[in-house]
Amino acid sequence: MNSVEGLLTQIRGLSSTASDVLSLQNVLKQADESLHAESTRLLPFLDQLDPSKHSLGYLYFLEACTAGPVTTESASSFVLIIARFISSCVAEQIRLAPDKFISVCKRFKDQVLSLEEPLRGVAPMLTAVRKLQSSTEHLTTLHPEFLLLCLLAKCYKTGLSILEEDIFEVDQPRDLYLYCYYGGMICIGQKCFRKALELLHNVVTAPMSTINAIAVEAYKKYILVSLIHHGQLSTSLPKYASGVAQRNLKSLCLSYMELANSYNNGKIADLETYVQANMEKFGSDNNLGLVKQVVSSIYKRNIQRLTQTYLTLSLQDIANTVQLNSPKEAEMHVLQMIQDGEIYATINQKDGMVRFLEDPELYKTCEMIEHIDLSILRLMTLSKKLTAMDELISCDPLYLGKAGRERQRFDFDDFDSVPQRFNI
Amino acid sequence: MDGEDDAPKSLMEEMYANGIEGVDDAPSSSTSTTIRKNRPIISGEQLDIEAYAALYSGRTKIMRLIFLADHCDNSGMQLEALRMAYDELKKGENTQLFREVVQKIDGRLGPNYSMDATWCAMVDRKADQRKDKLESELNAYRTNLIKESIRMGYNDFGDFYYAHGALGDAFKSYVRTRDYCTTSKHIIQMCLSAILVSIEMGQFAHVTSYVSKAEQTPEALDPPTIAKLRCAAGLAHLEAKKYKLAARKFLEVGPELGNSYSEVIAPQDNKVIDNINFRNFLELVPEVRELINDFYSSHYASCLEYLGNLKSNLMLDIHIHDHVETLYDQIRSKALIQYTHPFVSVDMRMMADAFKTSVAGLEKELESLITDNQIQARIDSHNKILYARHADQRNATFQRVLQTGNEFDWDVRAMLLRANLLKHEYNLRASRKI
Repeated sequence: MNSVEGLLTQIRGLSSTASDVLSLQNVLKQADESLHAESTRLLPFLDQLDPSKHSLGYLYFLEACTAGPVTTESASSFVLIIARFISSCVAEQIRLAPDKFISVCKRFKDQVLSLEEPLRGVAPMLTAVRKLQSSTEHLTTLHPEFLLLCLLAKCYKTGLSILEEDIFEVDQPRDLYLYCYYGGMICIGQKCFRKALELLHNVVTAPMSTINAIAVEAYKKYILVSLIHHGQLSTSLPKYASGVAQRNLKSLCLSYMELANSYNNGKIADLETYVQANMEKFGSDNNLGLVKQVVSSIYKRNIQRLTQTYLTLSLQDIANTVQLNSPKEAEMHVLQMIQDGEIYATINQKDGMVRFLEDPELYKTCEMIEHIDLSILRLMTLSKKLTAMDELISCDPLYLGKAGRERQRFDFDDFDSVPQRFNI
Repeated sequence: MDGEDDAPKSLMEEMYANGIEGVDDAPSSSTSTTIRKNRPIISGEQLDIEAYAALYSGRTKIMRLIFLADHCDNSGMQLEALRMAYDELKKGENTQLFREVVQKIDGRLGPNYSMDATWCAMVDRKADQRKDKLESELNAYRTNLIKESIRMGYNDFGDFYYAHGALGDAFKSYVRTRDYCTTSKHIIQMCLSAILVSIEMGQFAHVTSYVSKAEQTPEALDPPTIAKLRCAAGLAHLEAKKYKLAARKFLEVGPELGNSYSEVIAPQDNKVIDNINFRNFLELVPEVRELINDFYSSHYASCLEYLGNLKSNLMLDIHIHDHVETLYDQIRSKALIQYTHPFVSVDMRMMADAFKTSVAGLEKELESLITDNQIQARIDSHNKILYARHADQRNATFQRVLQTGNEFDWDVRAMLLRANLLKHEYNLRASRKI
């Protein structure tokens, strides 16, 4: 007890300036074990600390408290405590002990889930993510946890707000996979298929040394979303995908590849029978909803193709070409597509004719100009980033060492891209 | 060395007779050639088999007759063809084909044409004897190491196998003469024989390779040989469905062309009609000329009618048979495209009349052409009008620009991310090593 008391005084004393905090950190590190030993009795001491001023100390205490198993009664009180802590803690102090913070938050998430109230965890987790990030381009381990909570709580919009930011720095590859996978699922839920495709593509093509389950699941969803969004699936992964992925992914997702094949053949009846036959397989992967969307998208694809060849077409003909059952159904489909902005057309109910129009976008308005302007600026910043990274790597000694070893030894005429001393 | 020269010559004449080259004034020195006339038999319905068969001689004759028999619906013609094949085979030594023909005849022609087993046996025995003789000769030559005689020996072998229908062996023997060819004339001869056998075997890849080999020999080739080579190449390309190449090759042969070959050219190259050489030839083939003129002047209905008439004849020709359908489709689509090209809008009813189809059928055909991007137009199904559609360049450019921007954005971001991951992994590995 004494040591704990002593610790508390030290925390209170050393939490004011940055240098003090650093020394405090050393003290705390040494005291960590003793804290863990007394984890069950630390709870009342927390009240003596102020999370906003003594964030680091509070964090250590909190981490020790939550380290052991937590019962359901105390779970809700813990949830409250941690939530309050997260909202009031100081970011700089937290960043000195990121693992502790992460483990606290993870426990928080577990407790929230055990209480089956993921919604309670969403907002605090968001704050936690923001505080842990060193910049908005930084992916922390908390990102996927946050997205998981969003998914379970079904509040996709909050999740989307995080996804809007670009990620360039990653701590752990596994974080990235999970983040992109959950992010893809959130986008699918919000029907932003383009962004979902992007995220899933990142998972599938990320460098990995062994195949992992996340990539496999991501690839399955990737196939389905690609069919919905583009109407086709490129059968080979791009060259930059890891060799492991290229070799193994397809064989692990065979039924999905079959689905893509029958989709490409364009025969709706075949597609539907195939889906029926493999219903449980898709269901066990939780992809049933997506598969249904794939089937409905094939109608849309066919109707869109019609806009290329016809100027006007009767509803009966549409129904026949697209293999629908009646002109009424055709009308409904076309109406839906017009509303969604997927085609431009007018329906003449008197004649039962649909007239397909050209895309009315004239690219003359101010908004369009602004849009183009913004895109250009954005791309320029990206290019600068790319060149900066390139320069950074070319100065990196590890890279130079490897390049120096692998370059040709006997081409004296070649421009020497690597200085001599790296020639090992 | 006169005997030597005779053998290759007769082989070349075989090629002549096989319909690869028809010369109006065939060299009178060739005794075994049947002069191939350039007056094709286009009668529409009934094919005069005798006259048709008279155009060819040798092995091709037999093959064509068998083909006719297989593909003719008219049983009278069938039997006629088979009977002629039988007679022809009896003159030769090919017992295997003989057995086939007998099977096909199936006793329908009467007792005279049943399986003549004794004749078969006799021919077989003679064949074996000759084979042994040739083998021993060849061995003798090989021990003597006289190149020329070895070559002649292999050549004889090739001829022998060919006469007996063992085409694979014939081919092999001819190819073996290659090692012993000393002058380019020999090389050419070897190539020609190889080509002949390959055509018979249907292995057109070999044909192409030997044709190119023959063309590369430094000595100047005389026109008939060149023509023959071109024809062979054309045939090979036909099989490989490279119709355009085939057409060009055939064109180069010059005015002496068979009827069927002109069909190949017609759909592919309108410029052909301007070709003077071709024009000369056209004088000889009135029906085909009518056809091409019609095509050129957009009288599509009559053009297609002629095509229909010719179709039945063409079906019976060995080489063209498989390609008739495709060629016809191509001719038809070319006609359609040509028709719609100069107009901004076309009334589909008029077009249907011009092409002698119904409006619905025409619509289907146009739809498939538009989807294949061969016609730039759109169909107004309500009023049955076809509108030409010119892509709006400005809009298209804007769209492409935005799309490229997006793709670049995505690619670069993904790249940076991946680079970061790799660096992280590399650092991890490096730190673990240390």
